[in-house]
Amino acid sequence: MAAGKRKKRQSEDAEQKGARPLWSGTLTFGLVSVPVDLYPGNRTNRAPLRMLGPEDEPLARRYYSEETGRDLDADDMVRGFEIDKDKFVVVTDEELERLAPEQSRDIDLRRFVELDSVPPIYFDRSYFLAPAEGSEKAYRLLVDTMKASDLAGIATFVMRGKEYLVAIFPENGILRAETMRFPDELRSPKEVGLPEPKTVPAATVKKFEQLIAKHSARTLPLKELKDEKTERMLKLIEKKRARHQDVVKVEESDRDEGKVVDIMTALKKSLAKKRKAA
Amino acid sequence: MAARAIWKGELKVGATKVPVKLYAALKDQSVRFHILDERSKTRVKQHMVKADTGDEVANEKIQKGFEIEPGSFVILDDKELESIEPKATREIEIKKFIPPQAIAPEFYDRPYYLGPDGNETAYFALAEALRKQDREGLAHWVMRKQPYVGALRAEGDQLMLFTLRSADEVLSAKELPRPAGRAPDKKELSMAKQLVEMLRGDFNPKDYQDEYRQRVMEFVEKKAKGRAPRLHLVKSKRAPASLDKILSKSIESLKKKQRAA
Repeated sequence: MAAGKRKKRQSEDAEQKGARPLWSGTLTFGLVSVPVDLYPGNRTNRAPLRMLGPEDEPLARRYYSEETGRDLDADDMVRGFEIDKDKFVVVTDEELERLAPEQSRDIDLRRFVELDSVPPIYFDRSYFLAPAEGSEKAYRLLVDTMKASDLAGIATFVMRGKEYLVAIFPENGILRAETMRFPDELRSPKEVGLPEPKTVPAATVKKFEQLIAKHSARTLPLKELKDEKTERMLKLIEKKRARHQDVVKVEESDRDEGKVVDIMTALKKSLAKKRKAA
Repeated sequence: MAARAIWKGELKVGATKVPVKLYAALKDQSVRFHILDERSKTRVKQHMVKADTGDEVANEKIQKGFEIEPGSFVILDDKELESIEPKATREIEIKKFIPPQAIAPEFYDRPYYLGPDGNETAYFALAEALRKQDREGLAHWVMRKQPYVGALRAEGDQLMLFTLRSADEVLSAKELPRPAGRAPDKKELSMAKQLVEMLRGDFNPKDYQDEYRQRVMEFVEKKAKGRAPRLHLVKSKRAPASLDKILSKSIESLKKKQRAA
């Protein structure tokens, strides 16, 4: 879904800038329903590079028609599925929305499992679910219950033209929604062609076990999960800034400064607002 | 048909080396849409233009800049960007072993299968040792100019390698304010627990299919033949009522279902 994915990512990034949730729906367990708003659980790139022209002019990415060469606005474009070479079936946003099965607009928790029993190969992306107006009490009940039972709820739902399998579990009083891959999106070792296991000398296993025991730790300090490349880039930028080397001014006429809000700020605001209301 | 390896490396545990091949563990099943020019129904492309005039700027003339303050950029040229790239190596260094529970789900990013590249004995012995000790190895490696931190894990008899997200990338709930809401009373909590226990089960991935994807594909096929069915908008309903009434009703109806089954 080369082109489609790019378009989706862009709109997701745009969404992250505002305080609006990515999706709003209802979390249900039994007959209890909890209206919720979904926010991304990942931050975007810390060191985004901007494209500039040869005279330091601001640049923009534009779509253009391969056929006519004409630049296109969002309204001039549609989504198409290639049914034959260069023959497309157009599918509209409205059609995609209407194709969603009724119950998939809700996240219906029909199964609760031990989170540790889910192999990590399933985990994809992380989101947070915040209580929507008026649902704080039922939300808190679900959070406290799941925490006491130490279980995660499993469900599916449809968001922006895609169905998601999701595991929902409490973290510090907030529900994290971790999307998961469907089984047919995963290869099996057999499909990959990995060799059948063979019996190995116990002494070789023992040797590895000793190595493992020797270098074992209980926890993983977060500082070990570093993004080294970004850190090196930020250091280089800082060095050049201090030396006033290659620092340029860029004139931008139609830039909306107010729109650039970190997703964290948006989520905090949304949770704080609900706090006041309750 | 066996898959093609996407990379070759060497696991380094202490002084021991285990040569491995890396294979993609995911297959893209998404419905592949293209963006089209609405008028001609042909593909679109992207280019960079000057924001004010709309004039195209050729790729080789584009500079990359990082915004240090509003309207002020530090330019980085290709040489500088190359200078921050890590040195290419084939080593996947495992320096530390941790319990699988030490890594929260939100850190796992992309999964890969590892296959032995020659020494099968070392490969299967390492997998067995990881399983017996119930540990994952913390891995560091460089692949295609990108440095990775990852987790080496035994899955069944085989080895898997996961890339992990950096701490900066993952939002922690601890950084967020706790949502408000009155603490549930004992009765509500015990009924809700009972309800959750009734719904408790194993994680059976086979129970879940991407039905929506199937619906979209069926619709596309029908539309291609000029027989697109009429679609209606469905509204989701919300039922307001008192919590403990809903809870006891939920438990009752679940009990009935389970008796019937």
